[in-house]
Order: sequence, then C-alpha cells, then structure tokens
Amino acid sequence: MELFTNQVLAGIATGAIYACMALAVVMIYQAIDHLNFAQGEMAMFSTFISWQLMQWGVPYWAAFVITLVLSFIGGIAIERILFKPLAKAPVLTNVAGFIALFSIINSSAGLIWDFTIKQYPTPFGSSPFLGSQLVSTHQAGMIGVTVLLLLGLYFFFQYTRIGLAMRAAASVPESARLVGINTSWMIALGWGMASAIGSIAGMLIAPVVFLEPNMMGGVLIYGFAAAVLGGLTSPFGAVVGGFLVGIFENLAGTYIPGVGNELKLPIALALIISVLVVKPAGLFGRHIVKRV
Amino acid sequence: MTVLLNVKDLRAYYGQVQALHGLSFSLNEGSLTTLLGANGAGKTTTLRAICNMVRSTGGIEFDGKPLNNRSTESIVRFGIAHVPQGRGTFTTMTVEENLQLGAITRKDNAGIVSDIERMYAHFPVLKQRHTQQAGTLSGGEQQMLAVARALMLRPRLMLLDEPSFGLAPLVVRDLFGILGKINREDKVSILVVEQNAQLALELADQAYVIETGRIVMSGNAKDIANNEEIRKSYLGY
Repeated sequence: MELFTNQVLAGIATGAIYACMALAVVMIYQAIDHLNFAQGEMAMFSTFISWQLMQWGVPYWAAFVITLVLSFIGGIAIERILFKPLAKAPVLTNVAGFIALFSIINSSAGLIWDFTIKQYPTPFGSSPFLGSQLVSTHQAGMIGVTVLLLLGLYFFFQYTRIGLAMRAAASVPESARLVGINTSWMIALGWGMASAIGSIAGMLIAPVVFLEPNMMGGVLIYGFAAAVLGGLTSPFGAVVGGFLVGIFENLAGTYIPGVGNELKLPIALALIISVLVVKPAGLFGRHIVKRV
Repeated sequence: MTVLLNVKDLRAYYGQVQALHGLSFSLNEGSLTTLLGANGAGKTTTLRAICNMVRSTGGIEFDGKPLNNRSTESIVRFGIAHVPQGRGTFTTMTVEENLQLGAITRKDNAGIVSDIERMYAHFPVLKQRHTQQAGTLSGGEQQMLAVARALMLRPRLMLLDEPSFGLAPLVVRDLFGILGKINREDKVSILVVEQNAQLALELADQAYVIETGRIVMSGNAKDIANNEEIRKSYLGY
C-alpha cells in the first residue's frame, strides 16, 4: 500500500508538470488552432535563462520571477514576428514554422550553453516532506506551485475583463471583434501566457530531468498526450489529463511486469489511444460541428 | 435633421468578385432605416463594409468622421454595434458573460452593472437564464441576447442583419416591438437589413431597396409600402 501511495503521489508531482505543458499547448491551440511543437523548447530556453541568472548570482526566486517576465515577453515576440504573418497560411506552412522554431531554439540553446547536462537547483530541497517517506519536499513544491498557478489562471479567466476578452476572442473571433476586442493582441497575450506557464514547468522539472537542450522532449510528449486525453478544446481537461497521465505512467511502470522505466511512455500512450477510440474528442472535449 | 451615417459610392469585393457597385445612402440621427432586397442583393455586404469586414472602396462617414481603413474593433468604439447574421452568440459562455462582452470597451463599471439590469427588464427571459450557457437558448432568445449585447455598448447606431431569420412569426413581432421601443426611448438609430419586407416597412421610417449591389429605390417607408408597383417588382408581396 505504501508503494502504491508513493507512486500515486510521485505521479501527481510529475503530472503537475504535464498539466502545465498541456495547458500551454491548449492555450495556443485555442487561439490559433495549431499545436505548438516548440512549446517544450521554449520552456527549456526559459529554464536556461533562469539558470544563467542564478550563475550570475541572482537568488532563486528573483531569477524565477525575472524568467517569467522574460518568457512572457518572448512568447509575445514569437507570435508577432513568426506566427502573426502566418495567420492565414495553410496548415503545413504553420507546421513548418513550428518545426523551424523548435530547431532554432534547440540549437541556439546548445550554441550558448552547450549540450552538457547541468545540475539545476531546487528551492524546496529534497528531504522527506513533513517527515513522510511518501513524497519529497521538491515534489510537494511542484504540486504546490502548480496548484497556485492553476488557481491564479482560473481567477484570471473567470473574473477579469481581459480574461473574458481572451476567452471571447478564442471562441468566436468575429463576434469578439464586433464588440471591440482586439483579437490579434489577445492571441499574442495567449502566446505570452503559454510561454510563461511553460517556463514554470521547465524550472520545476529541471531538478528532476537535469538541464540540457533536450530536457523537455519527453515532457512535451506527455504534455501533448495529456492535452489530447483531456480534449484539446478544454483547459480544465488538459489539467486533469496531465495528472491522469502522470499517475498512470508511474503505476504502469511499477505494477505491470516488464514495463519498468523504459516502456512506461508507450504504455501511457497506448492508454490514451484506447480512451480516444471510445471518446474521440477526449475526456472533456467538445465535438465541434462545422458547417460545410 | 442631422445625417449620422453617410455612405457614398460604396464598392465591395469578395476576392475578385464585386458585390457592391457604387452604393450610396444616408441615415439620419434617430431614425430607423431599413435596407431591403432579395437574396444576394448585397444587404449583408453593406453592413459588413460599414464595419470594415470586407474589402471596400468609397466613402463611409459616421457623424462626419471617415470610417474607411479603420479596423473592425476600433469602429465599435465610435458607438456602432453590429448584430451579425446568425447572431454571433458566444455560445460557450453564459448569458451574463455575453452581456458583459457587449460592454467590454466601456470603463464605467457601475453603468455596466445597471445596464445589465436594464437589459433584464427589457428581456425578462434573459434574467431567468442569466447563468445558462448562451448556446442552450432558443433561436428567439439568442436573438434577444444579441440585441441586448449590442445595446450594452450604449451605441449611437445599431446595425441589425436579418433579425427575423429563423424565428417564429410571433417572436418576430415581439422583437420588432422591442426594436421600435429602443429606437424611440433610448434614441438609438437603427439600420436593419431584412428579407421580411412587409414587417420591416411597418417598423421603419426610411427605406432603401437594393438590387445586385445598387440602390434602386429609396424613400419614406410608408410610401414604399403603399406603392404596389415597387412591392410587386422588388419586394415580392
């Protein structure tokens, strides 16, 4: 039983990171109807920036906040420079754009900080949390920060005017323009927020997976899986999907014989495919009926 | 009487296809004007051109200021509320959020709150359903919501695209009654595009008839309604 609880809690901790990545992916998907393949690389680059700041002697939380702000600005800049001109381009052009962005960021990080694996600090320490062997303080910190982030985002989208305007712009852009919302800037804002959310995920997972330019590859795949599982049209679904994938991945690795650490990714993805066979729009997604 | 909206030699294009061929008309402050015409005559395109949602050339002046080359969202800030064809409901949001969105360009929070109450007084059915997702409303209720959303802007001019479309005759009567009241009591000028010519002419004071992207007839709504020849050849009733 203790092993089970331990694995579930560890799953929730990594699931929190998947939830953040899934949420970032869904935010951009809602705004521009494309999957951002470079979401993980953006998060990785942000994490490197925070690491660099700490190397220069900036304390952890100050570096954390500065990185958030820089990532937000960077996300907006990427949208303005690269994806705004592609807004009316065909799907494949956009896909090419995302792949280009992926390799540009990945290679730049390698060029600036090289490809060697680096230690990344945790502000929470890694001792047992509240004297319990079940979960470490860093894992508890990952869960705590994510929960705060999710509550903040919920409040922002539900109770602020700009949050309302962003939701309106994502759901019916033409009507949004007709009530006076600058939908183009709402998309840019969505990019900025997705980028900032991704940077939080990157900074929280870096002590676990270590810092290097390819650190987010696996995490992003789980994040995509979580987003698809929850339904790409539902931010709430993305978050639930993130936690589910995290928990299932750990349980499969522990209890299914022969799976272990190596095969848990394919097993998690197989589960997702089975869910999608039964519910193609994802657990919380909506079927979108298009008039043709 | 002052001219609020003045459209001159308006030409609009969808890609290579020209939809409006030099259309001119004007709307007086406080009036309720209707644009009539058959399917494909260019009624919707005219409204969309005013809000710069299609490529167009020609002069569009609102209260003496040119609207050309301004973005759709900035034209709203002049006090022009456009209820598009199909109502443009934010279906996944609640009725109350839809109303708040109508006032998203306003800063006076107290005024917005009291205006929402005013809309609930105009349209009691919206109050009953204020926490409901707007997509679950019936067609008639959604049209009421669309009109209420437009009024939340406190507009000077309201553009309505086929408000009667898909509604039961009794609901249409109701809605047109409310439109008349809004025009008289709240002093909102209204430009309404309609296929239901008979009803629109009863409501309006001015009328224009469009055929293939040109104005072919204009005048007092009553005169047009009483002119049998115009009715037969252009309005089909």
